[in-house]
Amino acid sequence: MTNRAHRLSLPLTLVSAGFVLFWLILAAFPFVWTVWGSFKVEADFFSYSNWMNALTGPKTELQTGGQFTGAAYHGSWIEQGFWKSVVNTAIITVSVVVISLTLGTLGGYALARSGFRYAFWILLVALVFRAMPHVTLVSGYLLPFFQLNIWGFLPTTIIVLVAINQPFTLWMLHSFFLSIPKDLDESAMVDGCTRFQAFRLVVIPVMWPGVVTTGLFSFLLAYNDFTVTSMLLSQDNQTMVPKIASFLGSTQAEGKVMYAVAAVVSAIAPLFVLVLFFQRQIVSGLTAGAVKG
Amino acid sequence: MPHRTFLAFILPSLAAMFIFIALPILSVAYQSLFVSHPRVTVEVETCGPFGCSVETRVDTEAMAELQRESPMGQFNGLGTYTNSGHLAFDDLAMIWASSPDWTTAAKSILNLPFYKALAFTLAFTFIVTPLVIVFGFFIALAVNAIPPLIKGPVIFLSLLPMIVTPLIGALVLFWMIDARGVIGATLQLVFNDPQLSLKASPALTWVVLFVYGVWHSAPFSFIVFYAGLQTVPKDTLESAMIDGASRWQRVRYVVLPHLMPLVTFVALMQLMDNFRVFEPIVGFSAAANATSLSYLIYSDLRAGDAPLFGSAAATSMLTIIGVVILLTPVLIRNWRNFNRKT
Repeated sequence: MTNRAHRLSLPLTLVSAGFVLFWLILAAFPFVWTVWGSFKVEADFFSYSNWMNALTGPKTELQTGGQFTGAAYHGSWIEQGFWKSVVNTAIITVSVVVISLTLGTLGGYALARSGFRYAFWILLVALVFRAMPHVTLVSGYLLPFFQLNIWGFLPTTIIVLVAINQPFTLWMLHSFFLSIPKDLDESAMVDGCTRFQAFRLVVIPVMWPGVVTTGLFSFLLAYNDFTVTSMLLSQDNQTMVPKIASFLGSTQAEGKVMYAVAAVVSAIAPLFVLVLFFQRQIVSGLTAGAVKG
Repeated sequence: MPHRTFLAFILPSLAAMFIFIALPILSVAYQSLFVSHPRVTVEVETCGPFGCSVETRVDTEAMAELQRESPMGQFNGLGTYTNSGHLAFDDLAMIWASSPDWTTAAKSILNLPFYKALAFTLAFTFIVTPLVIVFGFFIALAVNAIPPLIKGPVIFLSLLPMIVTPLIGALVLFWMIDARGVIGATLQLVFNDPQLSLKASPALTWVVLFVYGVWHSAPFSFIVFYAGLQTVPKDTLESAMIDGASRWQRVRYVVLPHLMPLVTFVALMQLMDNFRVFEPIVGFSAAANATSLSYLIYSDLRAGDAPLFGSAAATSMLTIIGVVILLTPVLIRNWRNFNRKT
C-alpha cells in the first residue's frame, strides 16, 4: 500500500470507501434485519402502520410482555416439526460430502495423471453435465424411481446429489491434483508402492487443503439444493429448504409467516458459522477454477 | 498411467455420472415422445330413491390394463414439442397471419407459455451476467483500496449473499420488499404512492428478479476479480505511471487486459448458472409475471394429481438444447487449448 501506484487521491478514497460501505449494507443488511425480526411477532415484522415497529416492537411487548420472543422458533421447530428436517439435512449433507469426496478424489487423481485424450473428453462431458439444469434431470428420474419404488427415501436422494455433484467435484479436484508434482507419486512407486498406495499414503496427505475446499463446496451444493430434494423426497423425509417452501403455502395463509422467518434464520445460521471458519478455503476454492481457466 | 489403472480409479465416479446424469437425459428424450393415456370413461347408471341418473366415471380397470400394456403412455412422436405448450407452430402461424405488424405479433407470441419462459430466461441470463461482472469488478477495485486490516471482515460479509441458499436468500428479500416490509414501505414513502407494489406489475417483478440475481452473484465475481487484482504486475503499473497514464488509463490498459481471462471464466460460470434460474421465481412467488424454462418443467411435474411427464420432458429437451448452444463457444475454445497443449 505504500506503493505510489496504489495511493489514491482524497476524493477517490472517499468514493471508493463509500462504495464499499454501500455494498456491505446491500450484502449484509437483509440478514441482520431478518435475524432481528425473527424475534418479533408478525404484527411488528410486517407492520401496516410503520416499519419502525420492527425495530422497537410495540406489538411484541403487548402480546408477549417482552422485547423479544422465541414464539416463532418454538412454533416452527416443535409444532411444525422443523427439527426433523434439520436431522434429515444433516444426514444428507454429511453422506453427500463423504461419498462425493471419495469418488471425486479417485476420479480427479486419475484425470490429472492420465495424459490420454479420453481424459480430456471426460472433463469436457463433465462440463456439459455441470451446465445441465438440475430440474431437467429430475424430470428423468421421477418415472423410473416410481416404477422401481425407490422414490422418497433419503439414500436415493443422497446418491442423486452425489452424482449431480460429481462433474463439479471432478473439475475442482483435478485442478488441485495438477498442482501436485508428478514426481511425488512416481518416486513413491519407484520405492515399491502400488498406484493406489501412492495415492492414499503420499498424495492424499498433501492434498488435504484441496479436499477440504472441495468438501465445502459439496456441502454447500447439498445443503442449498431445492430442486432435487423438493421433488425426490416424501413429506416425512423433507430437508430444510423444501420444508421452508412448504411453510409458505398453508402456514402463511394461517398467519404464521413468522414460522417461516424463524426457519429461514435457523437455516442461515450454520452457513454463517461455515463462512466464519472457512472463509479462506471458500475464497481459494472460488478462484481455483479461475486460475486454471 | 496405464488404461486399466485409470479405469479402476475413475470407474465409480463415471458410473455415478452415467447412471444419474447420462441415462436420465436419455430417459427424458424417450419420455418426451409419449403422452399419458387418455382417461377411459364409462357411463354408469345409478338408480336411487329419486330416480335414475347417468354418470361418467373413470374406468380404473381399463386404465390399469392400458398402463400395463404400455407403461410409458401413448406414443405421440414429436407432437408434444409442437403443441401449444411448447414450440406452438400452429399458434405461431396463426399469430403471424392475423397480426397487422411486428409489435403485436411479438406481444402475442410472448403470451405463449414456452416463449414467455424463454424470453425471461434469456433476458435474465444476458442482463444479469454483464451486470454481475461490472458490479463485481468495481467492488473488487474498491475493496482493494481499503486498509488491509478491515479486508477480512469486508470479505466475510460480502460472501453472505452468495453462500446463502438461493431460495432462502430470495425469501429474505421477498419479505423486505413486501408492502409491509422495510424496503417496500420505504419505496412507497419515497415515491409517495401507497399503492406501489413490487409484486404486482410484470415489469417491476422482472426488475426485482434481476436485482436479486445481481445481489446473489456479485460476490462470486468480486472474489475472483479481487484475487486477480493481487497478481497484477506492479512493474507494469509503475511504468504506465511513468509514461503518464492516469488512474483510469491504468485500469483500462493494464489491469483490465490482465483480468481478461478471469472475465471469460466468470461469464461462462454465470451464463450456465443464470440460464437455469429457478429458485428465485419460487421464492418471490413470481410465477404469474415471470417464468423460466426450469420453472415450466417444475410446474409440469407438480401439476395436480397427475404429473405431466411428457410435457416436462419436452421442455427439458428444449432446455438441454439451449444449454448446448450456450456452451458451444466454450467447448470449441477448450478443444483448441487441448490440441495446442498436446
